[in-house]
Amino acid sequence: MIDTDVLERVLAGAVANGAEFAEVYAEDKRSTSAGLDDGRVEQVSSGRDRGAGIRVVAGDTTGFAYTSDLSEPGLAAAASAASAAASRGGGGVRTVALTRAAPHRPNAVDREPDSVAKAAKVELLERMNDAARSFGPEIVQVSAGYGDSRKHVLVANTDGVLTDDEVVRTLLRVSAVADGDTGMQTGYQSMGHTVGFEIFDTVDVEQLAREAARQAITKLRARPAPSGAMPVVIKHGTGGVLFHEACGHGLEADHIQKGASVYAGKVGEQVASPLVTLVDDGTMPGEWGTLGFDDEGHVTQRNVLIEDGILTDYMWDYLRARKEGRPQSGNGRRQSYQHLPMVRMTNTFVLDGPDDPDDIVGSTPHGVYVAKLGGGSVNTASGDFVFGMTEAYLIENGEITEPLRDGNLIGNGPKVLADIDMLGNDFAMGSPGTCGKDGQGVPVGDGQPTLRVKSLTVGGTA
Amino acid sequence: MSGFESELLAVADRVVDQARSGEQIEAFVARGGETEVRVYQGDVEHFVSAQSEGIGIRVIRDGRTGFAYAGTLEESAIRDVLAEARDNVQFGTVDEWAALAEPDGVPVTQQELWNDHLAEYPTDRKIDLAKELEKLASGADARVRVDDSNYADAHGESAVASTTGIRTSGRENGCYVSVSTLADDGEGAAAETQTGFGFSVGRAPDEFDLDRAARDAVDRATRLLGATQPPSRRVTVVLDPFVTAQFLGVISSTLNGEAVVKGRSLFRERIGETVASSSVTLVDDPTNPRAYTATDVDGEGLAARRNVLIEHGVLRRFVHNSYSARRAGTVSTGNATRGGFAGTPGVGCLALSLVPGRRSQAELVADIDDGLLVQQMQGLHSGVNPISGDFSTGAAGLLIERGAVGAPVREITIASTLQKMLLDIVEIGGDLEWLPMRSAGMSLVIRDVMMSGT
Repeated sequence: MIDTDVLERVLAGAVANGAEFAEVYAEDKRSTSAGLDDGRVEQVSSGRDRGAGIRVVAGDTTGFAYTSDLSEPGLAAAASAASAAASRGGGGVRTVALTRAAPHRPNAVDREPDSVAKAAKVELLERMNDAARSFGPEIVQVSAGYGDSRKHVLVANTDGVLTDDEVVRTLLRVSAVADGDTGMQTGYQSMGHTVGFEIFDTVDVEQLAREAARQAITKLRARPAPSGAMPVVIKHGTGGVLFHEACGHGLEADHIQKGASVYAGKVGEQVASPLVTLVDDGTMPGEWGTLGFDDEGHVTQRNVLIEDGILTDYMWDYLRARKEGRPQSGNGRRQSYQHLPMVRMTNTFVLDGPDDPDDIVGSTPHGVYVAKLGGGSVNTASGDFVFGMTEAYLIENGEITEPLRDGNLIGNGPKVLADIDMLGNDFAMGSPGTCGKDGQGVPVGDGQPTLRVKSLTVGGTA
Repeated sequence: MSGFESELLAVADRVVDQARSGEQIEAFVARGGETEVRVYQGDVEHFVSAQSEGIGIRVIRDGRTGFAYAGTLEESAIRDVLAEARDNVQFGTVDEWAALAEPDGVPVTQQELWNDHLAEYPTDRKIDLAKELEKLASGADARVRVDDSNYADAHGESAVASTTGIRTSGRENGCYVSVSTLADDGEGAAAETQTGFGFSVGRAPDEFDLDRAARDAVDRATRLLGATQPPSRRVTVVLDPFVTAQFLGVISSTLNGEAVVKGRSLFRERIGETVASSSVTLVDDPTNPRAYTATDVDGEGLAARRNVLIEHGVLRRFVHNSYSARRAGTVSTGNATRGGFAGTPGVGCLALSLVPGRRSQAELVADIDDGLLVQQMQGLHSGVNPISGDFSTGAAGLLIERGAVGAPVREITIASTLQKMLLDIVEIGGDLEWLPMRSAGMSLVIRDVMMSGT
């Protein structure tokens, strides 16, 4: 994308005013998306995003500029804008010598998106539409979407780092609307991986669509969700967002360093039930949050954050690790070349526990069983977090009974982590997610076995 | 954005001129820049200064639509985008309603969307504003720290042209300051931290009210200190103006013409019926210059206009772009939305507001025996289903006891359904304020909402 000697000159120029650090992040991304709604393929769309973001750090100040012009003059202009913002007034000539890092490719891609005919992508949508509509006469509307992208990323910095990576993503989603005497209800399913079109050799797209249709139809007979604090059982492979919100964000070192997290100063302390071991792992092959290198050119790795309930470490990017004089953890990420990197999760999950999932429901006299979670959000400083339930049932006398209407659950992170009193042995990864922070969205994965929280507040109306 | 003869229009014209017989082409071209300053403990934490540009091209042929975009205006890239959009046409399904917007003769209400003073505002003054706001917010209360203090501005120009005769261009700019606060209290196991935020927006920095932004951020954080989780019960809620604006944002998706024609609106087939309490008149009016999102043209280049959606509780109208209008057998209401050059127009409200009542928030509260003043909602994206109408969000605020604001509460949810909440609106406050979003805020009283706590 950019010659090494050009990068070296641009970086040397960016720190000529005495700044300690400069970085070029360049990307060239091609994407295709297709949407089907109301029985029609409404449109196939193609996109090209190409540009570079240049960051210059002097003391605690970061200057940042981006450009879609990848020529040497274009990069030099952006570098000069970024370094003007982080001026030290010092100077001197520094040379930069880049060493290309060995490739790190956790994701083996067989069929690149460009090599697949658009007609084959569109056909998936039609198959999902047909499968959802033929699932039951209650289904009155279906929409389906396909998206793929191939992003070439180059990161170079004045510490001599030079990494080159290619990230391929393939995503499919389907939503169904069912209509009945009680009004309309919705079902939603999605699938996303950092691999190519070969994923459809193994994923049953019709089954995905039928699952969305089943959810919508099931909820036509849903009763209002209960209100108040009660035991909540969360099905495996669907509740990872609970940990993402309850503690994941609170373990990001930027929140920690500003004293804006309930987990600040708690390393070595018991912060969760002893059942809980929480891991953030950017190297899991094919998962939605997986990368070869993070967006600061640091190789991704597996980080144990909580072990048997004890807080072991936070997640780190370049700036926060530098401030602490410790290594980065491969968690520096950004949405695109137009954004500054910050501490972000990759794939965040809880390891298996000892319990049989059937026993977890069986030993719950009364509560709520959540079979599918929606999104969530957290206030890291207070620890209060919410997450939505989009498929849930009542538990009565140890059995899953009636379906419930949609709602939010609310809890406080440290309290909920301590209240996890049963953890299953049926670990599964969940659906692809987009994590939002400070206006930036990045792809993340999550996972967990079936588990029970002794007490969570369910936000129903009954 | 119209009235400014952007050179981008020539770029759009050149694309449209390449249309072949039987082909409709629309080109949307945009260019813009932004400045963002974040200050922390008296120093600049980051300073972002950047420019971007791009083009999106839509091609319709024989009822099939194709689209492509690129984040550059290089000639060769534009050629590729047009070729890709044409290639994509063959994969669309034939849609008898697919067509570009056509000029409809509705006159444009000109807006002042560009401010020279902001365009020339010096960089060091922008940094000073963020520093001053940080100082104001951190000096007001010993329990309060500042998480970050920000100044941001953006400017953009865009042009849209089509083979159907749309041809418009314009530019706009705007700026805001914002501050996030942390308030700490207690020690050891009783230690707690609550958060607040405040902001001020304007076409130029001289419109900022830094004192108000700092005071809001301090009040929001300190008011929640000592909050507990109350027992679950049904209460009357008073939504703070900012919360009401978020609530109106949810309501707007049920009045979206595209959702209506595709059978996804819970209000479809209910025009002329009572859907809200008689005190409710809901208007979308982007021609109101006081609205933060005021505009003179919509995303397809048609004149923006005032639309009354609900009048004294009766559903009068849905909002449409040209496609949803054609399917519904009506005309566009000038409500095409466009997120930038990377997408095609959608449908949405542009500047939504309830017609305000007369009384202040304090007067509204004085009438309530057992209630909740909702200061913030959390999880609108995860617990609200605008298709079924189920509404459930996390909340924090202050209890209302016998007509007075009392103890703070948190870790609660408030729940009802959208259908019921509109009918349960008791009164609309007179404290209207335009906020940096597509709807205005004012205090709003809704009865019989389930508050879930312990």
